[in-house]
Amino acid sequence: MEKSKFKTEISQISETSALIEFGKEISEDINKKVRTFCAYLDEHPFYGMVEYVPAFASVSAVYNPLKMNSESPYEVVKSILEDMLSKLDFSSVDEEHIVEIPVCYGGEFGPDIEHVAEINNITVDEVIKIHSEGKYLVYMIGFSPGFPYIGGMSEKIAAPRRESPRIVIPAGSVGIAGMQTGVYPIETPGGWQLIGRTPTKMFNLDGNPQSLLKSGDIAKFYPISYEEYLELEEEK
Amino acid sequence: MSISVLSPGLLTTIQDFGRNGYQKYGVIVSGAMDTYAMRLSNIMIGNEENESVLEITLLGPTLKLEKGTLFSITGGDLSPTINGKNIPRGKPVYLNKDCILKFGSCKTGCRSYFAVAGGFDVPNVMESKSTYLRAEFGGFNGRALQKNDILSIGVKSSKSAKIIKKLEDIKEKSDFIVSSWYMRNFMRQNPENTIIRVFEDRQFHNVSEESINKFFSSKFNVDTRSDRMGYRLAGEKIEFKEKLEMISEEVSVGTIQIPPDGNPIILLADRQTAGGYPKIAHVASVDIQKIVQLKPNDKITFKKITLKEAERLYFQREKDILKLKKSINIITI
Repeated sequence: MEKSKFKTEISQISETSALIEFGKEISEDINKKVRTFCAYLDEHPFYGMVEYVPAFASVSAVYNPLKMNSESPYEVVKSILEDMLSKLDFSSVDEEHIVEIPVCYGGEFGPDIEHVAEINNITVDEVIKIHSEGKYLVYMIGFSPGFPYIGGMSEKIAAPRRESPRIVIPAGSVGIAGMQTGVYPIETPGGWQLIGRTPTKMFNLDGNPQSLLKSGDIAKFYPISYEEYLELEEEK
Repeated sequence: MSISVLSPGLLTTIQDFGRNGYQKYGVIVSGAMDTYAMRLSNIMIGNEENESVLEITLLGPTLKLEKGTLFSITGGDLSPTINGKNIPRGKPVYLNKDCILKFGSCKTGCRSYFAVAGGFDVPNVMESKSTYLRAEFGGFNGRALQKNDILSIGVKSSKSAKIIKKLEDIKEKSDFIVSSWYMRNFMRQNPENTIIRVFEDRQFHNVSEESINKFFSSKFNVDTRSDRMGYRLAGEKIEFKEKLEMISEEVSVGTIQIPPDGNPIILLADRQTAGGYPKIAHVASVDIQKIVQLKPNDKITFKKITLKEAERLYFQREKDILKLKKSINIITI
């Protein structure tokens, strides 16, 4: 097995947080380390830990310095983290967890789908086919509740962000930005090219967990008709 | 007991320390912008320091309060009055009758905190009562206060009851009683030049030498588009030695990021959970309370300190707060 040249680095980033960096790029292997480490923190939060925040290739651990009982609280946290990292087994294999998300492509829900087809010299049907055939790894959840940062989209349907962002993007909108695709869980402004909409709630306050997707999941989209969309919308 | 909202003000929301532990689901922390003022307002009336309070922005509300209410106001000076009489900030106030609390013009700062003994009786959503405006949950029905809202007040602590007892001993005949003691929490701030202490963040060394010099020697103007998410600054544009390839990673309160237009943004309570812009510096935790009281067009200058020094200041502030808590305990004996 090829070992990554990057050694895991720990650094202090504020009075109350430390950053654990597993690499400097977006890669499935590095992201897997992030998830393994977070799973460990879920099971074994250290004394004084407030929370952790995962990203593509790093995790920040937020702590209460007053609970470290030291003039140098970061040094205490650092040695705890180093100890954890030395014990962790990063070679375990994830069970693939696929989450299927229905999408009504085009029409009023996907006002930019023709533009995406045009700039890639393909038809709208081909955009739908390529987008719904992909298997997308969820690298992280961030930006807004339940918003997945997912990778692995085909460059055949890549499209740059809109030059002027929309003021309002309805919840459930499925969009493309560069090589990324994603779903807007709540109404927000945004600059992504919109190709469709899902009736599935990406974030549900009463759910457990509240977010439909979590990092490490595989997201898959499948096309539904406008009628099916309305039916599913009503079931909510 | 309850509070009726006669007029809501510009942006009045219920906030506490914020929602920790849910950023991994994309749920932002929220919470009071000026957590220091929030903590003091709670401590002086016998609440837990993280109890929910009202965060009042620039133009305050008019509230009808019931007889027997104990409250305090800290943070910016928005000219609070009870039944038309000025009341001080930083002192507990107890009502002998139903009264009207009205905020007036904004004299200093821009965010005021109103704490009431017992806190607000709203549901905890993900372990916090903070209002998350964009996602429409937390606080009072997930939104800013509106006219005719009725806010229920929680059960007073025994400490609050003791403070009320002390105030009743004053035997004032007027509508309300103000304590003789006070908590000083108002820093003298110069709107023409507030000094903000910062330490280096991760991409500091990627900034061009010229921009570093300008960053620490010129004044920045607070942009009108500043809000709870972040304060946008206008002034010298910050440039990098070379174009940086960034991937999204953590940001926190006080992160100073540089978007492509070169104008710094200081991230605050409603910041997103992760960010992809270069981070050049980080505001010392103790100076966040200065920033969040700045109004658009106020001016700031950055001063560089070490992270070690910021840590020392952090500990000093926590020691001071501990002292205040102890002094309240002495008052209530």
